Amino acid sequence: MAAIVSIRNVLKGYSRGKQRVEVLHGLDLDVEEGEFLALMGPSGSGKTTLLNLIGGLDRPDKGEVVVVGERLDRLSSGRLAQWRARNVGFVFQFYNLLPVLSAERNVEVPLLLTKLSAKERKRRVHAALELVGLADRAKHKPTELSGGQQQRVAIARALVSDPVLLVCDEPTGDLDRETSDSILELLQLLNREHGKTIVMVTHDPKAAGYASRRLYVDKGVLVDRTMGAAA
Amino acid sequence: MSVFKQIFAVTGMNLKSVPQRLGSSFVIVIGMAGVVGVLVAIGAMVQALGDTLLSTGSENRAIVLRNGATSEISSILSPQAIATIMNAPGIARTPEGDAAVTTDMIIAVNLEKKDGGLGAVAVRGVSPQAFFVRPEIELVEGRMFEPGLHELIVGRNAQLEHEGLEVGDRIELRNSVWTIVGVFKSGNSHESGFLADVDTLISAYQRTQVSSATVLLTSPGAFDELEAAITADPTLDVQVLREPEYYRGQSEEVQAILSIVTTVVAGIMALGALLAALNSMYTAVSTRAVEIATLRAIGFGSAGVVVSVLVETMLLAVVGALIGAAAAWLLFGGNTVSMGNQVSTLVFQVRMTPSLLGIGIVLACAVGFVGGLPPAIRASRLPAATALRAV
Amino acid sequence: MKYFPLIWAGLWRKRARTCLTALSIVVAFSLFGIMRGVTAGLNDAIAEFTSETRLITQSRINIIEPLPLAFLPRIESIDGVTSVVPYGYFGGYYQEPRNQINTAAVYIDEFLEMYPEFVLPQEQLEAMMRTRTGAIVGRDLAERFGWKIGDRIPLGSTIHTQRDGSSVWELDIVGIWHMRDERVESDDIYFHFDYFDESRSSGNGTVAVFMTKIGDVSRSAEIAERIDALFANSPNETFTQNERDFALAQIEQLGDIDFFVNAIVGAVLFTLLFMTGNTMMQSVRERIPELAVLKTYGYRDAGVAALVLAEALILCAGAGLLGLGIAAAAFPSVFEAMGVVPLPLPGSVVAIGLAAAGFLAFVSALPPALRAQRLSIVDALAAR
Ligand SMILES: Nc1ncnc2c1ncn2[C@@H]1O[C@H](COP(=O)(O)OP(=O)(O)OP(=O)(O)O)[C@@H](O)[C@H]1O
Ligand SMILES: [Mg+2]
Repeated sequence: MAAIVSIRNVLKGYSRGKQRVEVLHGLDLDVEEGEFLALMGPSGSGKTTLLNLIGGLDRPDKGEVVVVGERLDRLSSGRLAQWRARNVGFVFQFYNLLPVLSAERNVEVPLLLTKLSAKERKRRVHAALELVGLADRAKHKPTELSGGQQQRVAIARALVSDPVLLVCDEPTGDLDRETSDSILELLQLLNREHGKTIVMVTHDPKAAGYASRRLYVDKGVLVDRTMGAAA
Repeated sequence: MSVFKQIFAVTGMNLKSVPQRLGSSFVIVIGMAGVVGVLVAIGAMVQALGDTLLSTGSENRAIVLRNGATSEISSILSPQAIATIMNAPGIARTPEGDAAVTTDMIIAVNLEKKDGGLGAVAVRGVSPQAFFVRPEIELVEGRMFEPGLHELIVGRNAQLEHEGLEVGDRIELRNSVWTIVGVFKSGNSHESGFLADVDTLISAYQRTQVSSATVLLTSPGAFDELEAAITADPTLDVQVLREPEYYRGQSEEVQAILSIVTTVVAGIMALGALLAALNSMYTAVSTRAVEIATLRAIGFGSAGVVVSVLVETMLLAVVGALIGAAAAWLLFGGNTVSMGNQVSTLVFQVRMTPSLLGIGIVLACAVGFVGGLPPAIRASRLPAATALRAV
Repeated sequence: MKYFPLIWAGLWRKRARTCLTALSIVVAFSLFGIMRGVTAGLNDAIAEFTSETRLITQSRINIIEPLPLAFLPRIESIDGVTSVVPYGYFGGYYQEPRNQINTAAVYIDEFLEMYPEFVLPQEQLEAMMRTRTGAIVGRDLAERFGWKIGDRIPLGSTIHTQRDGSSVWELDIVGIWHMRDERVESDDIYFHFDYFDESRSSGNGTVAVFMTKIGDVSRSAEIAERIDALFANSPNETFTQNERDFALAQIEQLGDIDFFVNAIVGAVLFTLLFMTGNTMMQSVRERIPELAVLKTYGYRDAGVAALVLAEALILCAGAGLLGLGIAAAAFPSVFEAMGVVPLPLPGSVVAIGLAAAGFLAFVSALPPALRAQRLSIVDALAAR
């Protein structure tokens, strides 16, 4: 199978005033199409930083980032936005739904950027909500939904434009065990039945168990699972 | 802790956080500055207009007009009427022993204004006794006009408003050219016009009658006696008015209109400022919900919270009022304003008075209070538990 | 507009705050509409109810200086002049000097020809021409005082006296006229100039102003100049303007109304700018993570900024329109209270108001929009 994510020798650091923090030091990573990859590692190790590079939210200081056939490190921010709209869905720890919009409107947000008709948008929104099991909550506002339900809405939003890649940053970080399991089962389903490639950051070894592969980030490099110690 | 101590403590804490909320605090300050600025600017103008007109009248003087005439310009007095007035009781005497009466004739002349267009200026012909009757008229430049010569003196405010009114300049009146020989001040509406000798003016205009007569009374109480004597003969068809009453009548209408305009405009703007205060205090309260809830949780009473919010709003509103008043003063204070009609133009200087500032501050307190109260009550009712959970 | 729900929802994120801001905009724009309406409306009224085919000749010295009646045939002889009417300003009042009534002595038949906007039944005009002491009174005035045709009314003058020393004229009402345009008050009295001139004790043979009707509007400036040239260097130099300029000059003499209106409106809008700007800034500040989420889903930087601008535009334009609507509804009564014809709010005021609302939206939303545009997704999501 082809690599959907291919990262070569990536350097990424941040400057705060005169101080410079190198977060990723020459990192390499390949993710095959159809994989469900879990990234683990101690806090501050650079997981989110890496995920942001994969999702095209940020660009590396050095090195190559190829995702879904595109050299992301070379795209302008406008082209990058376009690329994200077509290819990636995002799921965050705190759901980040727009509190004033109903579930269906929230899910519709990415579709507004497409040329789809209102009717077609509606059809897709409902298909996505159906998929996450919330078809009956379409008209509810986020405040009227539980955390798990909100995260399902967020997943529906990530799915609605049918991207090949889902990027999830601690999607269960704010949920209880049981709810977490159901969310992870949903992700697993999306991976297995719908062929979505998923890259997920998690601190929870049990969550990582749902993935098909696990990698550890430590001090800005990937380490083999057997060598790394769980934080 | 006593209630007062609590209030003090909470208010102090609130005020210390104002710099962190500069944006929304500014909204109250600027909103109030706008209201008070406009209020003070128009108010100062209305007041200056009234003062200028009213100060023209003195309790010691009375004015005689034709019955039915509403102003000097539409009045004429017959020689018989003048004779009756001269012999009436209650009139002061000049050092020379003459009756302190000036018989005036008013005419109007259109002159070029400094800011373009034509404006009417009142030319008042006066008797030699006029400067005894109206001691406030004071020559500040040049010399007095000479009876018999086509000479006149101009008021300082007329000079500000119109072109070509320097000593030595000439002015064309009916059938004749007149020379400006002096400049006077009087601190009232006369200063917007010209003065000349009444007999010279009458003969230049080929008239026979004057417009009005102004009398210096021996005392304000002598008015009734004077009026009785003059109006005893109904065929003279004249009316006698105390001078302040006459000038009040002249300014009444304009002042009433301007007061309505000021009240309506300032009222609407105050409503806007009230909305601004409500808006920013609701925001202030909601951004500090946790802080306020924490205070409540550790035992502060609701009075402290309410008062602290009110004090903050009112304080900001008063600061705004002061800024607005200062801005109005800097922009308009001492400005020359003119208001005219077809026959005369009144020119006066805008003056700021403490009473206007006082009104502005009272208004600011009221707006601050009414605008601060609902958010203050909301803050005091904030359930400590929920607010703390919202962290 | 598929983005509308998104924009609308953003606007109502904090209901109370948006309502309060919208209300202040409504208040400000109703004030704006009425104040600008008064200045613009006066000009509109003058444009509508005056004509450049009528010239007014007054004394160059001042309008209260009378002109000799003997000038009339000389003005009439100028090429292009249709008719000339003397106008004697009476300064009338009924019963008490405070009940002032605009009363003028004119050549009634020629005057009515000159003013086709006055309506008087033919038989009443004929009766008027037969009655030396006759007067035609405006319908509104007749209603106010309960006058009927055939009544004899005592009309006082604040200016003139009769030969017997009395300042009260007895006039016979022989006609009741009204304006063709029903919105305009009909509250003047007209009577015969000849009767007026013969009965008064002074000023005989003079007029306050002459009114001249000309055939060709395009010659109004030229004919005005020719009239003034006739009397140049005489003791009675004249100043001739068309009716419109005459009315405008009268308003201008009142003082610098425009300046005051603009100063107040300026202060109001400036204050409002701060308020709306602050509201928009707060609303964007609270939504930083939400806006970042939009960007992760492929919304461009400019697109997010446009959403913020659109919110402000909807808020300002909507509330501004409502305010202008209130002004438009209140305006005719304001004008009526001022004693002017109850005209509708001039369209130009609404147009300028909307432009001002757009400007307000743009300026107040620009800083927060820029902030939304610049915000980095990575920082915003990490709440840095
Ligand atoms: N924009 C930034 N500016 C400065 N420093 C940053 C920035 N983004 C990340 N960092 C730093 O880079 C390091 C890695 O951050 P990152 O968010 O990738 O960690 P993480 O592995 O996701 O941690 P966590 O498990 O706590 O989410 C941290 O030390 C962080 O402080
Ligand atoms: Mg992280």
